[in-house]
Amino acid sequence: MLDDATTTDQPLSRLPWEPGVSKPDPILVVDGMRRAFGGLVAVDVDHLEVQRGVITALIGPNGAGKTTFFNLLTGFDSPDRGHVVFDGDTIDKANPHNLAQRGMVRTFQLTKALTKLPVIENMKLGAKNQAGERFFKALFTPLWGKQESEIEQRADELLTRFKMDHMRDEYAGTLSGGQRKLLEMARSLMAEPRLVMLDEPMAGVNPALTQSLLEHVKNLREAGITVMFVEHDMDVVRDISDWVVVMAEGRIIAEGPPESIGQNKAVIDAYLGVHHDAALDLEEEEARLAEAQRSEEEE
Amino acid sequence: MIDWGFIFNQSLTQAIDFNAIAFVLAAMGINVHFGYAGLLNFGQIGFVAMGAYGFGLTFTLLGSNSVLLAVAVGIGFSVIFALLLGIPTLRLRADYLAIVTIAAAEIVRLVARSTPLRDITGGAEGLNQFIGPFRDLNPFNAGSVYGFGPWSYRGSQLFVIIIGWILVALVVLLIRQLMNSPWGRVVKAIREDEDAARALGKNAYWYKLQALILGGVLGGLAGMILAAGNAAIQPDFFSAPQTFLFWLVLILGGVGKVWSPVVGAVLYWVIITFIRNLGRQLVSAGYVPTTVIDTSQIDQIQFWIVGLALALLMVFRPQGIFGSKEEMALDAR
Repeated sequence: MLDDATTTDQPLSRLPWEPGVSKPDPILVVDGMRRAFGGLVAVDVDHLEVQRGVITALIGPNGAGKTTFFNLLTGFDSPDRGHVVFDGDTIDKANPHNLAQRGMVRTFQLTKALTKLPVIENMKLGAKNQAGERFFKALFTPLWGKQESEIEQRADELLTRFKMDHMRDEYAGTLSGGQRKLLEMARSLMAEPRLVMLDEPMAGVNPALTQSLLEHVKNLREAGITVMFVEHDMDVVRDISDWVVVMAEGRIIAEGPPESIGQNKAVIDAYLGVHHDAALDLEEEEARLAEAQRSEEEE
Repeated sequence: MIDWGFIFNQSLTQAIDFNAIAFVLAAMGINVHFGYAGLLNFGQIGFVAMGAYGFGLTFTLLGSNSVLLAVAVGIGFSVIFALLLGIPTLRLRADYLAIVTIAAAEIVRLVARSTPLRDITGGAEGLNQFIGPFRDLNPFNAGSVYGFGPWSYRGSQLFVIIIGWILVALVVLLIRQLMNSPWGRVVKAIREDEDAARALGKNAYWYKLQALILGGVLGGLAGMILAAGNAAIQPDFFSAPQTFLFWLVLILGGVGKVWSPVVGAVLYWVIITFIRNLGRQLVSAGYVPTTVIDTSQIDQIQFWIVGLALALLMVFRPQGIFGSKEEMALDAR
């Protein structure tokens, strides 16, 4: 029996579970990317490919460099060195707005709802190539009015799909945290992306909304959009991702389908420490005891 | 006796005089900067100075007789000033622009009044021999007084006032059109969160520069109205505190609303003229003894009272006259 997940899995199912493995149809290829803040190397990725049309999760312990890596990929930060190829085009040193226009749209860990704009205006902002966004064309409504009403129609459809149509005219600032996440995701779809980068889409969302958000992420895949997301909640990762990339200390330490990750030694070491499961030997135990006693005597 | 008729007459006259028009335009510029694009410009008077000097120098330095050319040069000066301020600072955080604008405005004033440039800018005396070509266009008789109800102006003033209010009407239409367009949506989005706009494919830097230029040109127009109205350009008028009077006008009306600079400026000039004239008459009529205060000190008192009024406004109606309380509340969240 084949369900949706396994069919989309298939191109990846024969791949070896190793960091930097090459994919059959990558939409994003990263090579030798490095970013250091002073002495701290936040990101040092040798090679990574992201498969088109699937959901890739990026996980890792706190401080692993996931968000920095995201910022580097989306142009919000620039790497010390490294190459990125997005859908066949080299995008080294591209600006965020440039990447968004090319079809790589991101969301943020802390949602960026435009609080003093109504929900519908938030949505309409997302649409690309708007004639009325040019200063001199903006002066003449006939030059952009038709496009504007098309955009508004599309925005309304998306709002209905995200079950937010009843808040269409509310200020975005009045929405709850979860609703803002939904709005941000819907707004990014207005830009007709090929690759959506979600930075912790479930953070701060109440459990009732989590399911609906997950469904929307899965729907993106059904619509042929590639999704890459950072997440901490392993249940979420297991539930929706087709492929998992694990980062620790700036490097990619493992890749594989979600079920493989729990068994991967490098991953367990990264999360729990290298010697977490080794029993202490007798000498070490005695040494620790002695130290504990000494410190007690000193008091 | 206090001549109430005179006080009200004066207040109403000042309400629509060219000074008020200049305040409207300058405050509209700040409204574009801060109210819509979120740019902190504390040097609007610099743009006003650039507009005024661009206008005046076209006649005195280039020897041109073309008022249109003078207006174009005035606008050009404001645009250049905006580029000078914006290109280095708009990639940085908002506060950097604020610091640079306040310093740059002072630089403009100090350069204009400097002695080495006396032959060009007129130094500390400024320019006052440029108004001829503009006066020649005046359909009214410059010397006669035209009046309607409580308002009466000399023909030379009336011409500036009519041009000025037509200009204000056009600018109101322009701003309303722009801010209801997708361009305005992007600019407002950048005010709310620049990174969100960038993540959606908008070149935030370019839009901020456009907004800075637009608001700066409005400041420049204010400068030209002042130059034409006064028939003189005084460098020391363009001092830093003037900028904050424009801010006061904007806050009084309500930040981010199209009409607020108009109403704010008119109200400001009514209040300030009323207080000044009432104060003078109270002293000269002997209601307030000259041992407490004399007429020459009244001009200082008027700003105390305006400051107090502004403080009270902030406490009881922080959104200004037109601002929406709902929007203000969103900031606190």
